[in-house]
Amino acid sequence: MIRRILVANRGEIAARVIRSCRRLGIETVLAASEADRTSLPARLADEVRIIGPAPSAQSYLDVDRIVGAARDGRVDAVHPGYGFLSENPRLAAACDAAGLVFIGPTPDQLAALGDKLEARRHAVAAGLPVVPGGSVDTLADARRIAREIGTPLLIKAVGGGGGRGMRLVRDERTLEDAVHMAMSEAEAAFGDARVYLERYVEHGRHVEVQVLGDGRDVIHLGTRDCSIQRRYQKLVEEAPAPALSESMRDGLHRGAVALGRHLGYRGLGTVECLVDVDRERFYFLEMNARIQVEHPVTEAITGLDLVAEQIAVAEGRPLALTQEEVAFQGHAVECRINAEDPGHDFRPSPGTVRAARWPAGSGIRVDTHVHSGTLIPPHYDSLIGKIIALGKDRDQAVQRMHSALMRLRLDGIATNAALHAAVTADPGFGRGGMDTGYFPAFLARWRETEEANHGAD
Amino acid sequence: MVLEDEDIQDILKLLDASGFDSMQLDAGRFRLVLRRSAEGEDGWTQESFFTTAAPETEAASAETERTAGREVEPSTEPGVVDVRASLASTFYRSPKPGAEPFVEVGSRVSEETTVCILEAMKLMNTLRAGVSGEVTEICVGNGEFVEQDAILMRVRTEAT
Repeated sequence: MIRRILVANRGEIAARVIRSCRRLGIETVLAASEADRTSLPARLADEVRIIGPAPSAQSYLDVDRIVGAARDGRVDAVHPGYGFLSENPRLAAACDAAGLVFIGPTPDQLAALGDKLEARRHAVAAGLPVVPGGSVDTLADARRIAREIGTPLLIKAVGGGGGRGMRLVRDERTLEDAVHMAMSEAEAAFGDARVYLERYVEHGRHVEVQVLGDGRDVIHLGTRDCSIQRRYQKLVEEAPAPALSESMRDGLHRGAVALGRHLGYRGLGTVECLVDVDRERFYFLEMNARIQVEHPVTEAITGLDLVAEQIAVAEGRPLALTQEEVAFQGHAVECRINAEDPGHDFRPSPGTVRAARWPAGSGIRVDTHVHSGTLIPPHYDSLIGKIIALGKDRDQAVQRMHSALMRLRLDGIATNAALHAAVTADPGFGRGGMDTGYFPAFLARWRETEEANHGAD
Repeated sequence: MVLEDEDIQDILKLLDASGFDSMQLDAGRFRLVLRRSAEGEDGWTQESFFTTAAPETEAASAETERTAGREVEPSTEPGVVDVRASLASTFYRSPKPGAEPFVEVGSRVSEETTVCILEAMKLMNTLRAGVSGEVTEICVGNGEFVEQDAILMRVRTEAT
């Protein structure tokens, strides 16, 4: 029985986890860096333990300090949130060794899913289609695979993730240089020079399936579409993924559950797939073994509290729901509000938020740690809040989102809110089912209009 | 967000029925202001403030750590230009740990010369000199925090 949890994260997700814990009657201890000691999550938690200075490497990324804070805070369990150490098998193993419940999958599952090649082998074993490609040890391998799959192709770092360590090759003649560079970049960034090649799907959609497992059984909680990305960072997500054929949706659901069962998965996970629009097929990309930023859109259409479900299976309880009991209602959209300036090439914009007026009202949920007076430190990522709009259908959700964005006011820092407002008013977005090519093209048009409006500014 | 979204939605239902356009709630620790949108958009906004100090204040170490470069006086010497930080960030002198610094005192730079990396929000931003000349002083230590507009280094511009 979990009575007291260490929240080993910061920002909106720390606040969000603490809220669920309160509802469940679980006490919380927040592991915070010096820079976050007066943050909203620090005010919400029952106790705050300072784990180090602002830089993440000496605080949120330090396994020993997290486990030390858990011991000193006398907690039963550790919730890692997303990012930081959330998918690090060392933290999960250290928790096990210290007699603490790690709210996430087993260290072995984390290790298997953190290695892209191993994850791919598991997906194949579970019967999921994977993007044609293969691993590369030598240049001869690279040439052979490139001939098999053709160009354009992607070079990916085995130890990479979140879009880091990827390189697009359109012309086979540049393959050799690109492989060399990708290997040295991968070595520098991840300490692992291994790369693999994959066919690049020109008209792809990023569709993912939320799964939940108790170590024995696995269910799915539907799809999300995250095709609106900039440099592989998601900006807008929605659930369910619109404009999919029933057979495609069913195939995605069944594939994700099959992979979860194959792994004996325990916890909340996301099976990310690439939907090839031209070929009407999907391919497994990777599985994320944590709660995701975009989980609220799934909560909105299922009525579930995914953090509560995560805690329940971490306690060793069986799934509280059968697949048939998962009901989907309505459509939800999420916009990530970042402290960055789209007018200046998305330059980060840390600083003090003088006034924060977030939208409120029917169908609107706001997950944020930012209120009037909050200091956004430059040490961490730029996500300052998420607006989630639920509607009876996609049109209503999009309309509610647009209206909510028009009411949002954040003074003192630059944000991408105006860009979101423009996206949600765009007829192309309104139609739904865009591929990953939609947003870069939209952004180019938006910039032209902005420049025309602001002259030489 | 101090109250739960559900709580706020319940309050808004009451307000919607009442015809009031705003509500200010002063609780012990915080103030919540709900306003009917003035921009002609249908809906409400919520704004919260904390009216008491956070538990365990005196975050002095975190604050002082952030002020590197602030005390550096602007150059008064004719022909010497200050190179300033374009954003609040961590100042790095070389492209990666252990590598040669981009510039040293005495380096010749042109407007396009990269002089440092400024890391903010997990992104690496290169900063260019913006002037041509010779670096005469580097005012900030590697890995230190700098505020926006902090003076990072000085360049003696070439006589034209």
